[in-house]
Amino acid sequence: MAMPKIARAEGAVAIGAGVHWIGAFDPDLRSFDIILRTANGTSYNAYAVRGSAGVAVIDTVKANFAQSFFSRLESVAGYDEITAIVQNHLEPDHSGALPELLRRAPAATLYVSHQARTMLRGLIDTSAFEQRIVSVGTGDTVTLGDRELLFLNTPYLHWPDTQCTWLATAGMLFSGDFFGCHYCDGRLFNDAVGDFRSSFEYYYANIMRPFRTHVRQALDLIEPLPLQTIAPGHGPILRQDPRDYVRRYRALSAPALHAADSRTLLVFYLSAYGATRRMAEAVAAGAESVGAEAGEVRVSLHDLEGGDIPSFVDLIEEADGLVFGSPTINGDAVKPVWDLLSSLATVDIRGKIGAAFGSYGWSGEAVAMIEDRLRGLKLRVPVPGVKARLVPTDEDFAACRELGRQAALHLLGRALPRVLDMASLA
Amino acid sequence: MPKASVTFQDVGVTVTVPAGTRLIEVSEKVGAGITYGCREGECCTCLTRIVSGHEHLAAPSVLEDQVLKNNLAPRHHRLACQAQILGGTIVVRPA
Repeated sequence: MAMPKIARAEGAVAIGAGVHWIGAFDPDLRSFDIILRTANGTSYNAYAVRGSAGVAVIDTVKANFAQSFFSRLESVAGYDEITAIVQNHLEPDHSGALPELLRRAPAATLYVSHQARTMLRGLIDTSAFEQRIVSVGTGDTVTLGDRELLFLNTPYLHWPDTQCTWLATAGMLFSGDFFGCHYCDGRLFNDAVGDFRSSFEYYYANIMRPFRTHVRQALDLIEPLPLQTIAPGHGPILRQDPRDYVRRYRALSAPALHAADSRTLLVFYLSAYGATRRMAEAVAAGAESVGAEAGEVRVSLHDLEGGDIPSFVDLIEEADGLVFGSPTINGDAVKPVWDLLSSLATVDIRGKIGAAFGSYGWSGEAVAMIEDRLRGLKLRVPVPGVKARLVPTDEDFAACRELGRQAALHLLGRALPRVLDMASLA
Repeated sequence: MPKASVTFQDVGVTVTVPAGTRLIEVSEKVGAGITYGCREGECCTCLTRIVSGHEHLAAPSVLEDQVLKNNLAPRHHRLACQAQILGGTIVVRPA
């Protein structure tokens, strides 16, 4: 049975006075950047802004869609009119047609963020137009005669280079991937396309969520603007109630735990015969002994065997400290630990306190392997792990309690100052 | 060999190190909050505030200097994967 056809804009589409959408549709895409499923395909949004003294092109498209992009661009502007090219984001789905555009529009200056300069050289050969690249930051402007573009430096949404561009005369924000989603619909505007809420939420959860601190900083810049339209790099153009989407991003990026004066420590474990479980209880008890009465450290125990990864990821996002207990089986930590530790790319865990412990039979590699993984994930691992051979002794349990206590002290910034010689560090 | 002292203020640890040591060689071992990405002076993940003693670090290379500028790093900030300790007393914390 044939799929129902969705109306598709064939040419450039006016989205405001002197502003046209000149992007491309990719309805058949089913996976993006390996990590995202795209049931509705996507669009690569690019825009042309006409002023009295020139035309600006904001972003381009994926390379194999360049023909559609140039065709739409040519319908609204001549190449000799283009004075500015803005790349809000350098990822190839937005910069694929950039080298050819620079070649066709020799009078144009390319405006990118400061962070984009070195990245640009890694993506394309810039030698032929190095002198035409200008890096910009928040407050910098480029004039098109009777209107100007204002740049907002909004890094890590979701690459270091990302920025937004504001056209005050139209109340229009060109936001790059921010507020975008993979939802291809030729009707183009949020008040005309199908229900894309799930695509919007999915995109945030997978692309923006790991950078929620940066999301909040960008929102601080964007919220004061008199927004009439948000023109993102993918998905519908948000002309109806654009502030709804800003408010949604604010809600999604807000911390879920609001007790700023307390710290949260999660103790995860797996246990075959109960040894690692009892060690976990000792770690938790040690952490509880520090400031628990005052509610300064909230400790919770989680058996990895009894939960599922998405809910653990939600907990980890809000936690300040993570302690993992795993037995060593055949020279490795057990798979559920690795499954969880390889599922954290969608949340910001940088700088949290991490630690490890576990029982073993004869070699005990798991603890050090988990510690290495935690460091690799950019956690701090200030307290050495605890290993117990077979059935933990009273000394082992005491070491676990001390591990928990020290982790809690680090969370509270109360760990005692230490003086060491480098030779003593492993 | 000349020695230096570097304090990681966020975890309250002071380490005596031989001159020539880079911050990256010490910070992870003591669990300091400086985190690393590329470890090659390109990504700026390990941006570190030099609270005091910045003059006791070797001057930044051209590459490090460029990365600091591109990332709008404030004064007395360095990349921990690059910054080499020359001597004296240095206090650092994550940026």
